[in-house]
Amino acid sequence: MSDTSVNIVIGGEAGQGLVTVGDFLSKALVRAGYEIVVSQDYMSRVRGGHNTYAIRTSPDPVLAPKDEIDILVALNAETVSLHSDALSERAVVLADESVSFESKRRLKVPFKELIPKTIFENTAALGILAQLLCLEKTWFHRLIEETFSKKGKEIVQQNIDVFEGAFAWSQENDVSFECIAPATRTEKRLRLHGNEAIALGALAAGVNFCSFYPMTPSTSIALNLIAKGERMGLVAEQAEDEIAAVNMALGASFAGACVLVPTSGGGFALMTEGVSLAGMTETPVVFALAMRPGPATGLPTRTAQSDLNLVLYAGHGDFVRAIFTPGDIEECFYLTWKAVDLAERVQSPMFILTDQFLADSYRAVAPFDLDSLADVTKPDLSEEPDSNYMRYAMTKNGVSPRKLPGFGEFLVIADSDEHTQDGHITEDLAVAVDMADKRMRKMDILKEVIVPPTLDGDDIPELLLVCFGSTKGAALEAASMLREAGGKVAVIHFSQVYPLDSAHFLDVFESADRVVFVEGNVTGQFADLVRKETGFEADDRILRYDGLPFTAAYIIDRLEATR
Amino acid sequence: MVSVDEYGEFETAWCPGCGNFQILKALKQALAGLGLKPHQVLVCSGIGQAAKTPHYLKCNAFNGLHGRSLPPATGAKLANKNLAVVVTSGDGCNYGEGGNHFLAAVRRNINITLLAHDNQIYGLTKGQASPTTLKGQKTKAQPFGAPSDAFNPVAVAVAMHAGFVARGFSGNVDHLADLIQQGIQHEGFSLIDISQPCVSFNKVNTFGWYKERCKPLPEDYDPTDWGTAMNTAMQFGETIPQGVIYKNDRPAFGSNIPAMQGEPLARRNPDLSVLAEILEEYA
Ligand SMILES: Cc1ncc(C[n+]2csc(CCOP(=O)(O)OP(=O)(O)O)c2C)c(N)n1
Ligand code: SF4
Repeated sequence: MSDTSVNIVIGGEAGQGLVTVGDFLSKALVRAGYEIVVSQDYMSRVRGGHNTYAIRTSPDPVLAPKDEIDILVALNAETVSLHSDALSERAVVLADESVSFESKRRLKVPFKELIPKTIFENTAALGILAQLLCLEKTWFHRLIEETFSKKGKEIVQQNIDVFEGAFAWSQENDVSFECIAPATRTEKRLRLHGNEAIALGALAAGVNFCSFYPMTPSTSIALNLIAKGERMGLVAEQAEDEIAAVNMALGASFAGACVLVPTSGGGFALMTEGVSLAGMTETPVVFALAMRPGPATGLPTRTAQSDLNLVLYAGHGDFVRAIFTPGDIEECFYLTWKAVDLAERVQSPMFILTDQFLADSYRAVAPFDLDSLADVTKPDLSEEPDSNYMRYAMTKNGVSPRKLPGFGEFLVIADSDEHTQDGHITEDLAVAVDMADKRMRKMDILKEVIVPPTLDGDDIPELLLVCFGSTKGAALEAASMLREAGGKVAVIHFSQVYPLDSAHFLDVFESADRVVFVEGNVTGQFADLVRKETGFEADDRILRYDGLPFTAAYIIDRLEATR
Repeated sequence: MVSVDEYGEFETAWCPGCGNFQILKALKQALAGLGLKPHQVLVCSGIGQAAKTPHYLKCNAFNGLHGRSLPPATGAKLANKNLAVVVTSGDGCNYGEGGNHFLAAVRRNINITLLAHDNQIYGLTKGQASPTTLKGQKTKAQPFGAPSDAFNPVAVAVAMHAGFVARGFSGNVDHLADLIQQGIQHEGFSLIDISQPCVSFNKVNTFGWYKERCKPLPEDYDPTDWGTAMNTAMQFGETIPQGVIYKNDRPAFGSNIPAMQGEPLARRNPDLSVLAEILEEYA
């Protein structure tokens, strides 16, 4: 499979509007039928610094970001100097004429002439990009209308004029960039990033309560829930801190809300006492944790997969949990739905673990099949009086019937101390043992519904790449490049990292000549987990922890280096 | 009519003579007096001797973590505003470990009632200074005297224009029950800070000490006058004024939020046709 993709990187300072250009272009591309993978690299500041918005696009599926740049839109000089080493052979650089940079394949854009006011620079850049890529202008006209109609007809027309002017200018100053191949898709698709898909999956599952404390890169989960959830009866509250956020969610869940708590590593660290409380009180709660590099505040806006251990071991004492690690947008949606259902079914905390790259990465996806979704498990809403009701009644599978306070003449009692079946505090040690066993029996349910890892490529590979979460795309692309070069290569991707069932993967691991874990952390946390659970020792670990997402080229370079 | 007996009678782990017994009695009296049935009431608590209260009362209960009584209470009230939500916990729990939640609850003005069993000491962990321990009071953990100025929760709540702020005394059960009733009836956040002797670990603020100082507010006291309330709230010494120190009619949390109206969240099922429309917005 030859690479049909074009990699467009828009760079500049925060506040210069590069996200506007990127959002417009990626939306136009999706509507025009193209595939996209967006990676957003930004600094932890509101103005200034150096940020990029990269769109890799193609009529064919694209899986991951790419290092080589085909079109560089430099909103300032720094972008040119920082990225000129990454330009591909056919690359075009588009920068204002005042930026000094000599190259035959450069468009010196007289932005000042093309626009009446600086705020139109973004629209001018879009006009040039549309011409270079040979995209139909109507996609942009329509987007301009949708975006600016609120501001009045005049603004719409001004933007269209700027767009047309810039388009015409670049036709005259042609650097003959090879058009992107025509798109073949015509059906409607959505443009979503990971956090949006999580929010939508949560709404689909009936999440109607969200308490949170803002922390990049998780915040947009809450913001999407707030923006869209109102119409579905969702109540949201920005808590005073993460400790309050989780405890508030537990109180709401206890009283019958269906809850989601979005956070990131540093915030989740504060929530761990609440995780343990959820385990003890058997209160359903779903955490969506978007990882960024640590320790502590780390690199606030960059990506990592280094909080697996935190999530795996968060909370004191023993209780059951499941950890989902979606690899793409569809999985963000469906696994969030599943996590919510499991939390309600098993009455224990569940986790969706993503990272900044996936959180902010737009893709084109088919509209989700809402009809295919089953009903999520619900508490028992019957109102019949029940004077013998016991919140923690002993059951075979460990799950006790869950009723809600205030829904009938019975009492519901939850307790963080060890408790009797009716929820009252106890120091009877025999009861403590029974209760601990009851809580752990729920693990059997979790084991029955594990999402098995997906194997892609040769069944008995020479090289097996093992990954979880957002590394999926880069690993798949690397494997397909290696297969084209004649290698027998496969990828096994885990969308659920806990619990694991060795029957799902150990055979493949053992059949491969070389098993390499590819992870975004310093130690190989997932490889360690697999070893702990199965005794299997990886041959190599490719670990990236510079804050950037994996690319196929990065993996292939490292494979050679570790050989 | 609901009888106090419906709220049950339990064996407790409290020390004989502890003020908690009286507070429990007042709480039962208040709930029954309001005609609330046990299943209509949710009592949330943290950890400590006071926080065991919901176990000694027939009612729904969420006995959570130390310092964390207010957030679950808030969440539960947001999920189901039909529940009468009461919080019972100690001064350490509410003002120490949970200080930030206390401030937030006042600001949020969520319609719940906080009973702070204020014995000016950590009871369950055997006698360390709490945020309300008076400066200089010696304990095993503070052998040279409590080093910090005492926190005045009532003054802080009044300063922040909390919806309803009262001081009560466990030794005056009927008066306390009346305050609790008023607090529950108040639409918004209510703080009732209750002076409570800890017979085991606080040898300074004893029953006698409180009894001598706890004096009802004058008949003509106007709790809606913030300036007077602020003055009254600062009095914690030779006299500790008892009663509703301050109240206002700030709207309770959620009254302006559409999603907060209507039925409890548990009864809301996701309308997937609405979600389908929402999905369109991402096209
Ligand atoms: C997170 C946490 N920290 C500390 C403790 C230990 N602890 C239990 S109760 C308590 C203090 C209780 O004092 P107070 O809230 O004043 O209640 P009282 O026992 O006096 O009624 C402490 C520190 C705990 N259970 N959890
Ligand atoms: S330790 Fe103090 S507060 Fe606790 S029960 Fe005993 S007397 Fe009451």
